[in-house]
Amino acid sequence: MTNELLNELTFFVLAIFVGFEVISKVPTILHTPLMSGTNAIHGIILVGAILIAAGADSPVTIVLGLIAVTLATTNVVGGFVVTDRMLEMFKGRQPAKRPAEAPVPK
Amino acid sequence: MTTIITLAYLVAAVLFIHGLKQLSSPRGARNGNFTAALGMVIALAATIPLLHFTRAGLVIIAIGVVIGAVVGTVGARMVRMTAIPQMVALFNGVGGGAAALVAVAELLKFGVHPPFAEVFPSVFSIVIGSVSFAGSMVAFAKLQELMTGTPITYPGQQVVNGLLAAAIVGFAIAVIAIAAIPFSFLSLMLLALILGVAFVIPIGGADMPVVISLLNACTGLAVAASGFTLNNFALIVAGTLVGASGSLLTKLMSDAMGRSLANVLFGAFGQVHTAATAAAGAQGRSVRSASAEDLGTLLAYSQRVIIVPGYGLAVAQAQHAARELADVLERRGVDVEYAIHPVAGRMPGHMNVLLAEANVPYEQLKEMDQVNDDFKNADVALIVGANDVVNPAARSTPGSPIYGMPILNADQAKNIIFMKRSMRPGFAGIDNDLMFGPKTVMFFGDAKDSLTKLVSAVKAA
Repeated sequence: MTNELLNELTFFVLAIFVGFEVISKVPTILHTPLMSGTNAIHGIILVGAILIAAGADSPVTIVLGLIAVTLATTNVVGGFVVTDRMLEMFKGRQPAKRPAEAPVPK
Repeated sequence: MTTIITLAYLVAAVLFIHGLKQLSSPRGARNGNFTAALGMVIALAATIPLLHFTRAGLVIIAIGVVIGAVVGTVGARMVRMTAIPQMVALFNGVGGGAAALVAVAELLKFGVHPPFAEVFPSVFSIVIGSVSFAGSMVAFAKLQELMTGTPITYPGQQVVNGLLAAAIVGFAIAVIAIAAIPFSFLSLMLLALILGVAFVIPIGGADMPVVISLLNACTGLAVAASGFTLNNFALIVAGTLVGASGSLLTKLMSDAMGRSLANVLFGAFGQVHTAATAAAGAQGRSVRSASAEDLGTLLAYSQRVIIVPGYGLAVAQAQHAARELADVLERRGVDVEYAIHPVAGRMPGHMNVLLAEANVPYEQLKEMDQVNDDFKNADVALIVGANDVVNPAARSTPGSPIYGMPILNADQAKNIIFMKRSMRPGFAGIDNDLMFGPKTVMFFGDAKDSLTKLVSAVKAA
């Protein structure tokens, strides 16, 4: 196993743990925005898409590169914009102060 | 130079992690999205020095980025709030497709004998990315009602899907072991696309959020695998983060619905459901219904009204009408609250977003735990297009598919107004005894029209 692969595996394993840990306390109302936010983050595949598209020199790689860049950009841009649109709705509802058992008017 | 690039990728990874952290608390959620977007910009900028452009490469990147940016922005901006779940499915699917194509393109470069360390993650990325792409498109079609939302099943379906999966694994092993025919990757892709479709069609429309979340996690892993192929640190870290957090989120979502993930995915639901309907069979039972005027009077002279919004309110775009009714009632001194079930609407949290759009004050939106004890003090529980989330069978009928799911105690209110389009059962496909209860009055019609009628009736009362 090369050193490079070993490094990559290390990052991979550590990222798994961080990924689990970082969202473990999310409240239900944020499930949808969080899903949409992570959806935008895997748009990082755009980095991969431009890496393969930049060197395109044959009809096959040109077609593959063009489609990959288009799809990946849609993922990134659409993902972040739609998440922002959802979260825009949460503005003005500052710190979810649960009115500590609001008195029940009888 | 590579040092700077690697450091920039590290900064991007930290921003992604911090963004996710912020996204999981209501206070910082919106900033979290910006943080992650900033990470993305840094990762992309850092990649530019790595590129060796051919003329064609420069042109296709420019064209692709422009088309993608326009489609993404316009799609995300124009879509109605109720259609957001299918938009997320669509954006997830294209990401999966991109991951698969990147892996194919990279493998083609290696020619006939790609090294194992390259071919293994590539094959993984091609298969998972394609399944995610096809599955997401089916989820989109179901939610957009381009196809039926009810599960599509046929005898032996599990066996067919199992064989399909086995064929893919076998084919993948052959490709990895022999790796002599470059275009075999395309056949592998085709098989995986078929599996993606076959996997999602037997799952009902109500469960699509969980499926989308799962496919989202899959896309993350496909991206990470492409990262191994390309030896790109940013792809590995970001993709894995999404794969891990997406898997956990999928579990949290099915927990919120009171179901196990296996139950959601493998059609057990449909089987239980037939048994339960057969047993419950509500034929011949009668319901009470009333005119808008009667109900308007009832509401106008109540002290405390709790509105239970459901998917029916979302499809009818009735959130503004609901707020109008609440305003009219409040002006008459009636106490109004909204009881939000964790899975009301099409996705967890979806209803909060819709009502917030209609400027319903945050203080009136009550989560299930906060509001459930208040129902017994409420004069009216006004159920607008909700069904399964108020079905007492979840408490009382072991063997019902929703048994054990936490529900709103709307049945404890003094009066229950059940607004529905028809007597059709909800997503779970089972009858709701609450509709036949002695305290319940049905008010049939489109949620928006019905609410508007109630508004005038309350004004007249």
